[in-house]
Amino acid sequence: MRVGVVVFPGSNCDRDALHGVELAGGEPVALWHEEPDLHGAEVVILPGGFAYGDYLRAGVLARFSPVMQAVRDHAAGGGLVLGICNGFQVLAEAGLVPGALLRNASLRFEHRWVRLAVERTDTPFTRAVPAGMTLRLPIAHGEGNFFLPDAELDALEARGGVVFRYAPPEGNPNGSARDIAGVIDRRGNVCGLMPHPERAAEPLLGSADGLLLLRSLVAGGLAAAAA
Amino acid sequence: MTTFRFVVAVMPRAGILDPQGRAVEGSLPHLHATEVHDVRVGRRIELAVDAADAGAARSIVDRLAGELFANPLIEAWRVEALGEPVA
Amino acid sequence: MTIVETAVPATDLATPLHRALGLTDEELAAIGARLGRAPNDLELAMFSVMWSEHCSYKSSRPWLRRLPGAGRGVVAGQGENAGVISIGDGLAVAFKLESHNHPSAVEPYQGAATGVGGILRDIFTMGARPIAVLDALKFGDPDDERTRHLVRGVVHGVGGYGNCVGVPTVGGELVFDPSYRDNPLVNVMAVGLLEERHLTRAAAPGPGNAVVLFGSATGRDGIGGASVLASATFNETSAAKRPTVQVGDPFAEKLLIEASLELIEGGLVEGLQDLGAAGITCAVSETADRAGTGILVDLDVIPRRETGMTPVEVMISESQERMLAIVRPALVADVEGVCRRWGINATVIGRVTDDGAIRIVSGATELARIPAAALTSDAIVYQREARAPVHERAAPAPGVHRELLETEPGLPERGMDPGAVLLALLGHPNLCSRAWLTTQYDETVGADTVEAGEHGAAVLRVRGTPRALVMATDACAGVASQDPYLGAALAVAECTRNVAVTGARPLGVTDCLNYGDPGRPEAFWAFTEAIRGVADACRALELPVTGGNVSFYNESGSGAIAPTAQIGVVGLLDDIDRRVGPVFRSAGDVIGLLGSTTPGLAGSVYASLAGASLDDRPPGLELGRERALQELLIEAAAQGLLASAQDVSGGGLAIAIAEGCIWSGLGAELDLAVGSTPALELFGEAPSRAVVSTTPEAWERLADLAAGRGVPLERMGRVGGDRLHIRLIGLAATGAAEERGAGVADDVDVPVGALEHAWTAGLPRALGEEA
Repeated sequence: MRVGVVVFPGSNCDRDALHGVELAGGEPVALWHEEPDLHGAEVVILPGGFAYGDYLRAGVLARFSPVMQAVRDHAAGGGLVLGICNGFQVLAEAGLVPGALLRNASLRFEHRWVRLAVERTDTPFTRAVPAGMTLRLPIAHGEGNFFLPDAELDALEARGGVVFRYAPPEGNPNGSARDIAGVIDRRGNVCGLMPHPERAAEPLLGSADGLLLLRSLVAGGLAAAAA
Repeated sequence: MTTFRFVVAVMPRAGILDPQGRAVEGSLPHLHATEVHDVRVGRRIELAVDAADAGAARSIVDRLAGELFANPLIEAWRVEALGEPVA
Repeated sequence: MTIVETAVPATDLATPLHRALGLTDEELAAIGARLGRAPNDLELAMFSVMWSEHCSYKSSRPWLRRLPGAGRGVVAGQGENAGVISIGDGLAVAFKLESHNHPSAVEPYQGAATGVGGILRDIFTMGARPIAVLDALKFGDPDDERTRHLVRGVVHGVGGYGNCVGVPTVGGELVFDPSYRDNPLVNVMAVGLLEERHLTRAAAPGPGNAVVLFGSATGRDGIGGASVLASATFNETSAAKRPTVQVGDPFAEKLLIEASLELIEGGLVEGLQDLGAAGITCAVSETADRAGTGILVDLDVIPRRETGMTPVEVMISESQERMLAIVRPALVADVEGVCRRWGINATVIGRVTDDGAIRIVSGATELARIPAAALTSDAIVYQREARAPVHERAAPAPGVHRELLETEPGLPERGMDPGAVLLALLGHPNLCSRAWLTTQYDETVGADTVEAGEHGAAVLRVRGTPRALVMATDACAGVASQDPYLGAALAVAECTRNVAVTGARPLGVTDCLNYGDPGRPEAFWAFTEAIRGVADACRALELPVTGGNVSFYNESGSGAIAPTAQIGVVGLLDDIDRRVGPVFRSAGDVIGLLGSTTPGLAGSVYASLAGASLDDRPPGLELGRERALQELLIEAAAQGLLASAQDVSGGGLAIAIAEGCIWSGLGAELDLAVGSTPALELFGEAPSRAVVSTTPEAWERLADLAAGRGVPLERMGRVGGDRLHIRLIGLAATGAAEERGAGVADDVDVPVGALEHAWTAGLPRALGEEA
């Protein structure tokens, strides 16, 4: 399973994501932001970092880079796309997942280990997660405060668009509406989340829960390819 | 071609949490400025456009404002001409 | 922010240019002697920045030679951008500690941010990928609103830069002491990992090679920053100095890291140097001098961010995020290609020559011609006068009763409830949880962080090997303000011990020496004492000092800072699975104290709360004992004997035990034999001690090992329950309760939850940010 990890100028979790894909049994390939080409990747990850310095607004400048056209086409064809942290911000700015990520309510960068309730284990991004399991992953961001107007939140919830929610005991670290940590698009093939599964893919680093998400992705890609 | 200069003022939409504005407002008592309220913090972008006329220049800026400078989901914006055009 | 109009201050007949630039008449004469003629204005400006204390080390250089530089595995040492030590398998670690004190006092966010940027450049210039940052921060009283402003700005700046470039900030120090009120210390340590074959020198070999400047354009940032800010006493003119603050761009730095490492890994550069203080002038003169060559610079082609810049401004600008590469002519196009791919501007600004001179030309005009050595290795050196101050007793802490201070040595203090003191110490701003700060730092980016933050030394695995790098930074300014020699030696002992308790073998030391005005004999004496202390400690522990930084002029109108020798240590753990943490592991484990408690409360956190006897001194340090303890800890870890190990330092034994409880959620039941006074036994900060816990089965083996190595080991009690209960036993422990009357226990007996609450709430409370 070939998994592409996009490298924007300012991405800083690209190497971590490539390593995580390898741990999950996938074949990682780096995708350069200037090339509108996925080099045969069946699954695409937009990694964390500060793409284009996060200047203007987190994720907005990356949205216009050439590789994003290929990512859009891939998504439109039903291909899997996962945005992690800054990657989630890029997806939201690009309109590939709903919502916007505002500054954290604390007005500070927040690095913490959080717990995530997995609301849906029937998605290609979560299928390896046992039902009812909460995941322990780190967050590290300044703009992760998920926002949608109330009516749209209701609609998002009604269609099962909320995949991850911050859970006790640590709870909501950034002020996100309804504790939302990650969402999925209407078709179910584009997902964004703020916490970092690739940093929690080995017990040595404090948690291997993130590997479940990366494994889902690799397996989910296989299923999508077979379909 | 003439060079037109613009300013795009981007503000959080009404009803959107504006933690920066809230923080600024929270610091006002330290400055004994208790009569000040409704603080909102936004962003100002200045730019120059080469175009045949003011209308053409403005339509370019209007498009960029909605696609790039502001996120319409959370932000509102206003475009204003800045100074006199330079031929 | 307005920018100064020109670097050369307006002069009149009364103020000759050299003096306006901060050069003395003697220095002007020395410059003339090296040139064989009078310098022109540009040359004078170049000398003024290069001969500043910050760039030339003109006061400290003769003393720095006394630090031991040689050691096992050292592949780059003092005089290079960073020390580099081999860790086997063709890998090496690069590390260095550096100060950014004065810029941070002027503009805390940008000062701290550019401090991180500068030290990171020192690391990747060597060919290493930066893998960790540690920040050692010293501020005045946290109650002070100005201090809070500085703390917030500096922490925001360290995080803002490190988080964005994607280098985890994994540890450090946060210390409050009134002496730092007007002159905070921002010392930053960076650590990088490289393949030894990629080790790159900051030299300009090969006449004919191209000199390539890449990165950001040159603006008027930080004009004269090195000479003005870091080389003069800080005083009321700070507002006027504001324009010299540099502004950092971590995004540009991130691109610079990737491009530089790609250039090095591709074998495209002969030498690489970052641009920091004194900008292009420093980079060309240092690289040329290291290689024994010269460099010819074409001033006109240097990309500028602003129009109308004078030659002086271009040559001494401290614009951030710039690098200088020495490139074989045939490879220039390749270098430009790599830079272009990363969206970075690269310009050939000159070439290496064989005449040993730095020449600056504009068109057909030669604007400056200076021997490279005259700007660097042959810069002026001073033999400063060092004089010990007349001994002054520390004033008693306010509100402390004289009878308390005059307690006879050996008798228990009256009126002390040790449990209450323990809670007060746990909540003390210098000992409590650093979560307020560490949650603002990305500790896990890079996916190599095994341990970070506030539990002692940071541990980062070396991917693809069973090994880990362990790193820490410490200072003992509380002791150093009474005895700068002892304070510096203790800092080395404590920092290496912090690394050794994990089971890692310390590899080398970097130091950042923060002192007052070197022209003041008492301040310079403190510096020379620190050199002696660091040197003695490193020799005894057989560790090389691979580089660092000296920061003088840390004074303000209210006086000099506590003399601060900040020490950074990197160690190597051969088997990451054998690492030992400070957290108690299981109920029933045996708790013991390695090492022995020696007298002396002065300089301790306890003394800062309760006052100390006027006759008291800081605890002494026996380096032989320290070494034996560290060897034992490393051996015990390698044999898998230890469930936990924590060094005894700030707050003393009781704090070390309490931390093990808080972090594990487990209680402990102990007996403490009091030979002197309860305060000394519980809260004294005597060095060369560690609290360890083992399984009952491993205890005898540990005891045998300790006996064999002559390290005292006292069995204290067991892990278990949900309270920390320390019974004070022995003759000296009795009496206090009798004198206070019934109802006051001498024991420490506190629920772990209360310990945790005190420890957690301390910093937000101190900074006025309680939720």
